[in-house]
Amino acid sequence: MGTTCMGILGKNSDTAGTEATRRTRLPWRIAELASTRDETPRARTLVLKVEGWPGHLAGQHVDVRLTAADGYQVQRSYSIASAPQSARLELLVERIPDGEVSPYLTEVARPGDRFELRGPIGGYFVWGADRGGPLFLIGAGSGIAPLASMLADRAEAAAGLPTRLLYSARTEEDIIFRSQLNAWAKKDPTLAVTVTLTRAVPSGWSGYQRRIDLEMLREVAFPPTQTPLAYVCGPTSMVEKAADHLVSLGYPPSRIFTERFGPSGEP
Amino acid sequence: MASDGEFPVSRGFVGRRRSPAEAVRVPPGQYVTPEFPILSAGPTAHTPLAQWSFALQEGPNRLTEWNWQQFEALPQTNVTVDIHCVTKWSKLDTQWQGVTIDDLLKAAGLERPPTAYVTAYCDGGYTTNAPVADLLNGQAMIATRYDGKHLAPAHGGPARLLVPHLYFWKSAKWVRGLTFTVEDKAGFWESLGYHMYGDPWKEQRYSGD
Amino acid sequence: MSETHEMPGEAEMMALDGNAAAGLLRQLFAFEVTVARVVCNGCQSANPLAALRLFGQSMGSILRCPHCNAVLIRVVAHEPEYWLDMRGVKSLRISL
Repeated sequence: MGTTCMGILGKNSDTAGTEATRRTRLPWRIAELASTRDETPRARTLVLKVEGWPGHLAGQHVDVRLTAADGYQVQRSYSIASAPQSARLELLVERIPDGEVSPYLTEVARPGDRFELRGPIGGYFVWGADRGGPLFLIGAGSGIAPLASMLADRAEAAAGLPTRLLYSARTEEDIIFRSQLNAWAKKDPTLAVTVTLTRAVPSGWSGYQRRIDLEMLREVAFPPTQTPLAYVCGPTSMVEKAADHLVSLGYPPSRIFTERFGPSGEP
Repeated sequence: MASDGEFPVSRGFVGRRRSPAEAVRVPPGQYVTPEFPILSAGPTAHTPLAQWSFALQEGPNRLTEWNWQQFEALPQTNVTVDIHCVTKWSKLDTQWQGVTIDDLLKAAGLERPPTAYVTAYCDGGYTTNAPVADLLNGQAMIATRYDGKHLAPAHGGPARLLVPHLYFWKSAKWVRGLTFTVEDKAGFWESLGYHMYGDPWKEQRYSGD
Repeated sequence: MSETHEMPGEAEMMALDGNAAAGLLRQLFAFEVTVARVVCNGCQSANPLAALRLFGQSMGSILRCPHCNAVLIRVVAHEPEYWLDMRGVKSLRISL
């Protein structure tokens, strides 16, 4: 799909980054829900068909706009969880109990439904094989979404790049993309996946059983001497603490990229 | 895909609980909600009462200042009012208790307000402006209780300005004082394209409306 | 201004960051501005715009310094008009 030329605004299949294209405003497109996939009791993947989709870089997101029959509108941002190489766009939505949009997207929306979508957006929290590594990905809850896109891209374009994922979930059944993560790790020993559970562990669990903290990061992180790139995504409090810890471990701030998802994933 | 004329409609999407506006009671372009959405330009302020004070100023001159105990001892007024947010939410019959601006001026020994305009200033740096005339005659208060309970920090506690006949961004949260000004000085949102006055009945949301 | 104790409370923990403002800013800037390095006029700390804390919800986008909470950038979008205030920014470093 498209070219490998990456302009400032990301992969645009219709341009090599001309002045005119850079100034083009991002249009709202129509996305059609092709199918859904329940990842955990709380999280669902939406598989979308988007007319004219120009492609994306791993880590980018989209803005979604919903309009009710009386004209009432809301807008939310969702990270793209699918690989740049994928023909379909996949978004991960976590249901927030009193949320305004996530209950609709995870419980009401069904294949054939349409909504407006704008993207790809973002040039900061992005990774591509050209950026190299080693790659240290840290996520919690639905923060795994952009990291999954990076891992999918890596599997296609940078297999063998030393990579570690540290993923925090509440319980075993809340590990989003668990089987996919296991499959990637099994296929590629240069990818190490570490999961920590924060609320409850299954019997026999020998992994971490607490929120991400300095000690955990010290044990899991690449040493800064290897000049790793770190991407941290999830609830705001986790992201800020983890980023501070990485700095105290010697990571230069310029090699730490953060994306805050608000209290638990929905703005 | 159904369309409301301008935007494609998402089948089955409803969103936050709301009902259509009753033409007489609710300003144009608003939805009525039973919820109390929280909007903020910054983090919630948490000023301990022991450090809280409220002042009336004229330019740089402090006219009067009250600490929390003194402020609580001022005459209390209860009101039930409708509030209207510029983001299109209206909430009906909200109950507040506090000190009216009339009573503040009286307690300060001011027979007349010294100028025609006021800027409210708040913890966190937020400001908003209004003509003094819109704050008098029972139209506004410094509210310390909502729905019978102390005002929660997320909703502006310990005290917020309450001017319900203007869009709710004028009801400044975490208010710490009013400065009398000779000219109408654009506050935080007013200096960024929102209307200087903000009358919901005339839909004065943005400057130029 | 008076002293306040700003604990990591509700609004702060709900805060997103500049990444979430990228769609809006993309309408205004001819380049990807969230990667630009912003120096705070208040405390001089430098951060990528993407790492600034975002407040304002539907009224506007308020980007604050993650270090001292000063307001750096404010944007109100009222199609087709945009109001942009960058008084809190000492400098913006852009690598095109």
